[in-house]
Amino acid sequence: MTGLPELPKKERTKIPRHHIPEQPPEVRIRNFQEVALGYTPQMAMEEAQRCLQCPDHPCVQGCPVQIDIPTFVDLVRQGEFAKAVAKIKEANTLPAICGRVCPQEDQCEALCVLGKKFSPVGIGYLERFVADYERQSGTVRMPEVPPWSGHKVAVIGSGPAGLTCAADLARLGHKVTIFEALHKPGGVLLYGIPEFRLPKAIVEYEVENLKKMGVEIRTNFVVGKTATVEELFWEYGYDAVFFGTGAGLPSFLGIPGEELIGVLSANEFLTRVNLMKGYAFPDYDTPVPVGRRVAVIGAGNVAMDCLRCAKRLGAEEVMCIYRRTRAESPARIEELQRAEEEGIDFRWLSAPLEIYGNADGFVTGMKIQRMELGEPDASGRRRPVPIPGSEYEIAVDMVIVAIGQSPNPLATRVTPGLQLDRHGCIIVDPETQMSSIPGVFAGGDIVTGAATVILAMGAGKKAAQGIHEWLAKLDRGEVS
Amino acid sequence: MFQILKKESLAPQFKRYVIAAPEIARKHRAGQFVLVMLHEHGERIPLTIAGSDKEAGTITLVVQEVGKTTMEMGLMEEGDCLYAVVGPLGTPTHVERWGTVVCVGGGAGIAPLLPIAKAMKEAGNRVLSILGGRSRDLVILREEMAALSEEMWITTDDGSLGRKGLVTHALADVLASERPDYVVAVGPAVMMKAAAEMTRPLAIPTLCSLNTIMVDGTGMCGGCRVLVGGQPKFVCVDGPEFDAHQVDFDLLIKRLRTYLPQEQLAKQRFLESHQCVALEAAGGRV
Ligand SMILES: Cc1cc2nc3c(=O)[nH]c(=O)nc-3n(C[C@H](O)[C@H](O)[C@H](O)COP(=O)(O)OP(=O)(O)OC[C@H]3O[C@@H](n4cnc5c(N)ncnc54)[C@H](O)[C@@H]3O)c2cc1C
Ligand SMILES: Cc1cc2nc3c(=O)[nH]c(=O)nc-3n(C[C@H](O)[C@H](O)[C@H](O)COP(=O)(O)OP(=O)(O)OC[C@H]3O[C@@H](n4cnc5c(N)ncnc54)[C@H](O)[C@@H]3O)c2cc1C
Ligand code: SF4
Ligand code: SF4
Ligand code: FES
Repeated sequence: MTGLPELPKKERTKIPRHHIPEQPPEVRIRNFQEVALGYTPQMAMEEAQRCLQCPDHPCVQGCPVQIDIPTFVDLVRQGEFAKAVAKIKEANTLPAICGRVCPQEDQCEALCVLGKKFSPVGIGYLERFVADYERQSGTVRMPEVPPWSGHKVAVIGSGPAGLTCAADLARLGHKVTIFEALHKPGGVLLYGIPEFRLPKAIVEYEVENLKKMGVEIRTNFVVGKTATVEELFWEYGYDAVFFGTGAGLPSFLGIPGEELIGVLSANEFLTRVNLMKGYAFPDYDTPVPVGRRVAVIGAGNVAMDCLRCAKRLGAEEVMCIYRRTRAESPARIEELQRAEEEGIDFRWLSAPLEIYGNADGFVTGMKIQRMELGEPDASGRRRPVPIPGSEYEIAVDMVIVAIGQSPNPLATRVTPGLQLDRHGCIIVDPETQMSSIPGVFAGGDIVTGAATVILAMGAGKKAAQGIHEWLAKLDRGEVS
Repeated sequence: MFQILKKESLAPQFKRYVIAAPEIARKHRAGQFVLVMLHEHGERIPLTIAGSDKEAGTITLVVQEVGKTTMEMGLMEEGDCLYAVVGPLGTPTHVERWGTVVCVGGGAGIAPLLPIAKAMKEAGNRVLSILGGRSRDLVILREEMAALSEEMWITTDDGSLGRKGLVTHALADVLASERPDYVVAVGPAVMMKAAAEMTRPLAIPTLCSLNTIMVDGTGMCGGCRVLVGGQPKFVCVDGPEFDAHQVDFDLLIKRLRTYLPQEQLAKQRFLESHQCVALEAAGGRV
């Protein structure tokens, strides 16, 4: 592709940021296809032209895996898309995914110099553009896989942490098996984040690439049940184990009425919709309940996904119930805006007190308490406090609880000697990601609690290095 | 993977499958189950491991055909492969030498009861069994259960075998003549509830096995939650067995009806596209 010329700095700031083309709201609420359509090559090169190529490149500091942003962006400007992807992949193996789901506004783009007076370079959009370009043009180069080191490593969980760790280990010459409890690999990328934000074909494509690198994927294998970690070492013959089991345990509110029919955890709702493709029932066998009036409790990314899935499944009214304000919402701003465009009814400063049901046990309504913001709490956010006498009731026939997830203890509980913190997260050495058990490593949400895709990938990468070094020590007889 | 090695009919709408699943067989203990998916478009359904053979690397499933998935499974043949079988899931039965244990099984509940009764017997308990079904043919696994039991009673709704009536009638008789140390009741929720109400005043510890709707079976979705002693519990990881005196059966019965319209739609569509099965369902022919 013929690139675009380098412009004088002044000229660059005059180009407005290219917004990514999107399906219009009234169309997209009727389908599950991706909302953002992606840049054209021309748009990408023009957007890349905006970058000031700052010598101290603050943007890179904002990226948890330190992608060489100015270099890749400049390659995009020159039309050298393949080289741009290669540059990104030095630091990030899954750019098509991160370009879509990273909270760029809090990370790389937050620190972009252009953002101070103008708007930041569309780093995420460019990242996804080049990754998509590479995938669609079929020019993906598989990394060289060196001869086998003689070591076998078991990776538990196929979310971003596990996938990244496996890829790096394979590239270092180790034989890797990923053990995944569900019938398909991908973790939250597959069962949690909906098709309209992250097409599943992309996740499947990345998994296929891993397989081409010789990584074995064993689905339907629940570590802790099908085999324990001890058995993976002593009976299956693995030399090291990586825990990338995520934070999959749903939290409930503990308010009256939560056991009623029509009250679902976000995990159940999203799994039925995304993994089991419930939106295509009865062509797929798993039903997904769709209320006419749906309330989603919480306002993070998970809540946004539930709200927008419920809307697409045909709910007439979809409400977001959150006890703080829009400013405190932990969701990505872009997704929050899209949810607003899609007609979600946001009820800020509202806390659920009780869920009501009928004699058959089906949800019929909810009691809500109005809140106001008080003094800042330990997290620095202003604490919501109830306004006495402000309770009111709403009619709903479905309630989705999206107030957070914690680590699933299924595998950790049956791993003697594994040190956990009081939240059930695995404690690791931050340099190597090794746990209290020699040879057992961990990373991603199982260590940090529910966080982000890119942090999980960063941890998986670091762990791969830690494992590699540990295996070298094993070879030298320094550890056993 | 997960090949059906053997398939046989036990009774109208009841089939037994022997499935190749060496890793699951190796770890299986009484009380555990698997989640099965027939094909990529399928639903994940829980089925108890009715038996396992570690040497042969197989597990046995006994399935009652009640809806779309179980009926479709009935059409699979020896040599076919199941898309997914995951397990063994759930907490194994807590087995102790209680003394005399009464094992009560109703309908499809007899399948999960068998491995529990076997484990109780192996632990040195005196096992008495009560099995029930709608009619003679539907009281499955009679021989297997009889082999384990010191005494066994059978009830049928229509009186075609054993005593006419419900398993709880037979349980009442046993409780009138002796005081067992432990009762295990597995079957429809109404049956387990009735059994629990009979043993509660006598303070006989009673175990039941709950059959909620499930998705993942690993504690991830919470769809299987029930109230036990007023506390929410996940059947797939905390159960499926619980102290029957603590379970809120009324809630369980309601929750089992969550997807009734969708289940009926799926079944109807399935029957329409498989005339042979429609005949079978109507005529009770196998
Ligand atoms: C709905 C939703 C939306 C989100 N949106 C965003 C977003 O927009 N941007 C962003 O950056 N982050 C987002 N996140 C957070 C992000 O997805 C997670 O932080 C990330 O996926 C964590 O990666 P992980 O590899 O640690 O674990 P996971 O992705 O959770 O993967 C863990 C895997 O391990 C498997 N597993 C668990 N236990 C076992 C076991 N015992 N044996 C075998 N396998 C096991 C699980 O089945 C799962 O596949 C979102 C999360 C959710 C739930
Ligand atoms: C831990 C556990 C172990 C089980 N073990 C066995 C087993 O060994 N053998 C076996 O045949 N079944 C077992 N079940 C029940 C089995 O999972 C259901 O029968 C199956 O999911 C029905 O699927 P379907 O698509 O054929 O019917 P659906 O369309 O889902 O249901 C058809 C009808 O069957 C009834 N039904 C649905 N789900 C259940 C349920 N969970 N329990 C009872 N009735 C139900 C309802 O009346 C419904 O209308 C078990 C369930 C659990 C939770
Ligand atoms: S990986 Fe995420 S944070 Fe890093 S440059 Fe890409 S979009 Fe930005
Ligand atoms: S801070 Fe912004 S303008 Fe500067 S190099 Fe990074 S992306 Fe380009
Ligand atoms: S089946 Fe999902 S938590 Fe039990």
